[in-house]
Amino acid sequence: MSTQPEVAVGRPHERVDGRLKVTGRATYAADHAIDDVVFAVLVDSSIGRGRISSIDTAAAEEEPGVLGVLGHHNAPTLPYEDNADGSYNPPGRRLRVFQDDQVHFFGQPVAVVLAESLEAAQHAAHLVEVTYHVERPSTDLSTAIGAEPVTYVRGDAEAALDPAPVRLDLTYGLARNHHNPMEPHATIARWDRGRLTVWDKTQWVGDGTQRELATVFGLSTDDVHIVSPCIGGAFGSALRCWPHVAVAALAARETGRAVKLVMARRQLYFGVGYRPAYEYRLRLGAHRDGRLIGALHDIRAETSSYETFTEEVMVPGQMLYRTPAVHQVYRTVPLDVNTPTYMRGPGYVSAVHVLETALDELAHEIGIDPIELRARNEPVADPATGLPFSTRRLQECFTIGARVFGWADRDPEPGSTRDGDQLVGTGVAAAVYNTARTGARAAVRVRADGTAVIQTATTDMGPGTATALTQVAADELGLDMHDVTVHLGDSDLPQAPPHGASTTMASVGSAVHDGAHRVRRSAAELAVGDPCSPLHGADPTDVVATGGRLHLARDPRRNDSYQALLTRNGRAWLEATGLYTPPAEETRSMHAYGAIFVEVGVDHRLGLIRIRRMLGVYDAGRIINPRLAESQAIGGMVGGIGTALLEHTVTDHRDGRIVNPNLADYLVPVNADVPNLTAIFLDGRDDHADPIGVKGIGEVVQIGIAPAIANAVFHATGRRVRTLPITIEAMI
Amino acid sequence: MQPFDYLKVGSQAAALEAARRGGRFIAGGTCLVDLMREEVERPATLIDISALQMREIVATGRGGLRIGALVTMAAAAADPHIRTSYPLISEALELSASAQLRNMATIGGNVLQRTRCTYFRDLSAACNKRAPGSGCAAREGYNRSHAILGTSAECVATHPSDLAVALAALDAVIHLVSGSGSRRVAITDFLIRPGSAPEREHALRDAELITAVEVPALPRPVRSGYLKVRDRQSYEFALASAAVALATRDGVIRAARVAAGGVGTVPWRLHAVEQRLVGGWPSAQLWRFAAECAADGAEPLRHNAFKVDLLRRTVERQLRIVGQP
Repeated sequence: MSTQPEVAVGRPHERVDGRLKVTGRATYAADHAIDDVVFAVLVDSSIGRGRISSIDTAAAEEEPGVLGVLGHHNAPTLPYEDNADGSYNPPGRRLRVFQDDQVHFFGQPVAVVLAESLEAAQHAAHLVEVTYHVERPSTDLSTAIGAEPVTYVRGDAEAALDPAPVRLDLTYGLARNHHNPMEPHATIARWDRGRLTVWDKTQWVGDGTQRELATVFGLSTDDVHIVSPCIGGAFGSALRCWPHVAVAALAARETGRAVKLVMARRQLYFGVGYRPAYEYRLRLGAHRDGRLIGALHDIRAETSSYETFTEEVMVPGQMLYRTPAVHQVYRTVPLDVNTPTYMRGPGYVSAVHVLETALDELAHEIGIDPIELRARNEPVADPATGLPFSTRRLQECFTIGARVFGWADRDPEPGSTRDGDQLVGTGVAAAVYNTARTGARAAVRVRADGTAVIQTATTDMGPGTATALTQVAADELGLDMHDVTVHLGDSDLPQAPPHGASTTMASVGSAVHDGAHRVRRSAAELAVGDPCSPLHGADPTDVVATGGRLHLARDPRRNDSYQALLTRNGRAWLEATGLYTPPAEETRSMHAYGAIFVEVGVDHRLGLIRIRRMLGVYDAGRIINPRLAESQAIGGMVGGIGTALLEHTVTDHRDGRIVNPNLADYLVPVNADVPNLTAIFLDGRDDHADPIGVKGIGEVVQIGIAPAIANAVFHATGRRVRTLPITIEAMI
Repeated sequence: MQPFDYLKVGSQAAALEAARRGGRFIAGGTCLVDLMREEVERPATLIDISALQMREIVATGRGGLRIGALVTMAAAAADPHIRTSYPLISEALELSASAQLRNMATIGGNVLQRTRCTYFRDLSAACNKRAPGSGCAAREGYNRSHAILGTSAECVATHPSDLAVALAALDAVIHLVSGSGSRRVAITDFLIRPGSAPEREHALRDAELITAVEVPALPRPVRSGYLKVRDRQSYEFALASAAVALATRDGVIRAARVAAGGVGTVPWRLHAVEQRLVGGWPSAQLWRFAAECAADGAEPLRHNAFKVDLLRRTVERQLRIVGQP
């Protein structure tokens, strides 16, 4: 079949839902107008470990408007079936809210107050008196004992390191980070004759939230309906169905009414997951010319006492550079904390920080340029799997970045450049993220009025998925973008993977492309068989569509519009379900790559690090929408600035309390911290990856930012800081 | 939030009368309402004084300024007289909070702003300031942002206001009124170190209202400014700050006013630094010599030892910024 011309794809279209969002008419989870709603406010544990000995709800229940208080003392036993296969719940026994008296972490929900008004519920939550048998929690990663490790062995790294001419032994500490989306987690739950509907902030309406609630309440997934049309940011925090969602559903069942539960900002620091803290020891051996000989990775990461959360922190150390011998030991450390979860660039953000800072240390140690060092360790095939790369243009990213950034002018000597009170330095780092794809479906329908509707269960947490899917559909159908509407975020829609891990465009975008292709083909077949159509008798594979008209690729004068064709044939619509199924076995190593360049100014007397400029050059396959891609990249860079310089969830190890659970004390970058950020996406596509040639950009743009900053700080000052965030006290 | 009665008053007399019957004044509410939401503050009655006539900034006969208690931070920061004569005030204000908060918060309320100590704001933590006698979770807890000066066994919380630091440097005077008449208290006497009673933060008596803040005239010509050091470049409280005013004539420093913020349980006036400056010739050596004693008497805690050096360096830097010819 003839290839469709690209009209919408590749153009910087504004967001299809932009007007809706900036005018405040977008319905986020708590915004749905559900009648007769009951307000729920969680009471959370004020101890870090122990047992609830009593819950006194008398004062709370006396408050006007309070309907009741639910806790383990009066909640019904729920089925809580075991984690289903394919669930995003980590191995372990998930938190079963109000099912027993155990307290596993500070802030665990121990009761929920239900009231006719939010104000009454909030105040009554303060009046619930909970007493505990208190035990001392273990929350300190640096002193706790790890679980049995996962290991990876390639060659004999220990033996390889011993005679290595250059050896480095470096230990890094990475702070816990929280996602801190603008929109708090929120849920409205309602039961209608045994069927549960939940309006929720979730990145995974289907096998995430729907399946989790089905297993908690012992329901068929057919009886659980999840709605999540708009998400005000998530960064991974809404990839899992957290305990408060089950609480809202339970409260709705108990009260027989719809229940709305909006988490307070403070509760987001223990009610949902976070990027775990790491202790990461890396020993490197290299030749004098910089070629790596071997690497030993000793990785420790926090997890909860009841679930073992792991992420892909081992992958970059196995494949980013040609390293003959690699030995990795990845140990989770169970602590009395809530379970961590995926956060933008999961695993890779942490591992790449360590690798890319260590490479900078190696470059300095042997006195070669850090970009040259990376070039000398560029592999010809994936060092872990031996597979050829689909596309790997990392060196091109460095070359172009170096030219645009002006790297050649750099004096490699640390502390060599001064601007007033600032020492100025530049640093680079590589970025990499796996191109994952997952099976997806999308329903595509072209109607007799010449417009189209696309339906798929994926959500859009903010990157512009609805817009990019509209572009893909519009081009494949040959319609104008404004004639295409995309419906997302509903578990009744065709199945889609979790909206995360940079998989959405590759997977759902490809399903939409397939569905649109099928509809256009059936329209072409209908036309060529229709004696009244100008296309009658033509070869349907010669038919393309543009501007709502089907026509011969070589002769646009022979054309027929969707509208005329369907009307003539008495068809209200043509539709098809698009499918994307990733290959059962990968034959290529597929990743998105980037090269990050940063200039910092360090007022070393006052310990102040300021970003002066930043450039990211990315090899991410086809870019569907450059405006959205740039916006993604800027967001990722800002997140990286936070990880490097500001973000740190602090625990008081005496009782497991989070001491900075708010946006005044947990610092994220503000506009003043963010200078001019530039992102360049290399023109290209990756046809091995998926039918639309994308590699995913959501994760890779937050990876490599922190090490580039840390390396620039070293270059500015000569001071190497191996713990994140790099704060004033480390610099003065 | 605990339910409360709300009363809006139209005159000072009505405000004082209402307060006599019990209640808390509310103006911008940017601090109080936050704390009420957390139930750290639980007033039974709020007396809204925002309709009172205390929104003027006027020159005093003695060459100083009187700033009405209800003047917003934004209005004070934008006032031409303040910008010209007291840059350290306008700079301290503009480096505070966010534009939205500065539009609401008032000068009188700012001086009474309560600490950002995280344990103070967390009802389940021990805090002598919030719950006298319950202990101080911060002293042995996470205390990176806490005070190194003016602390006691009972409390190590900083006073969060930037404006109050500038006012302390300027020997500002708080104008107060109550049913029994009016009085004036120097800001450095008005704000009280925690000692053994950290719940008592200021010298306000029951049913007493701040009406204005008076800033005396400085010897002329004078240069001044405020430097705030913090992790991020906006929307954060100070880790260390310095308010500096220097009057220089014939190349010699005739008068110096220096105070520090972010380091003390109250705005920290640095008389010893001032004494080293007066009579000196502006120079890098003088700034360093003067700033050396800025942290004298500091008692650092586990996580805030860096503030000792940071305070000295912040003062030194700001002396240079203000004082370099």
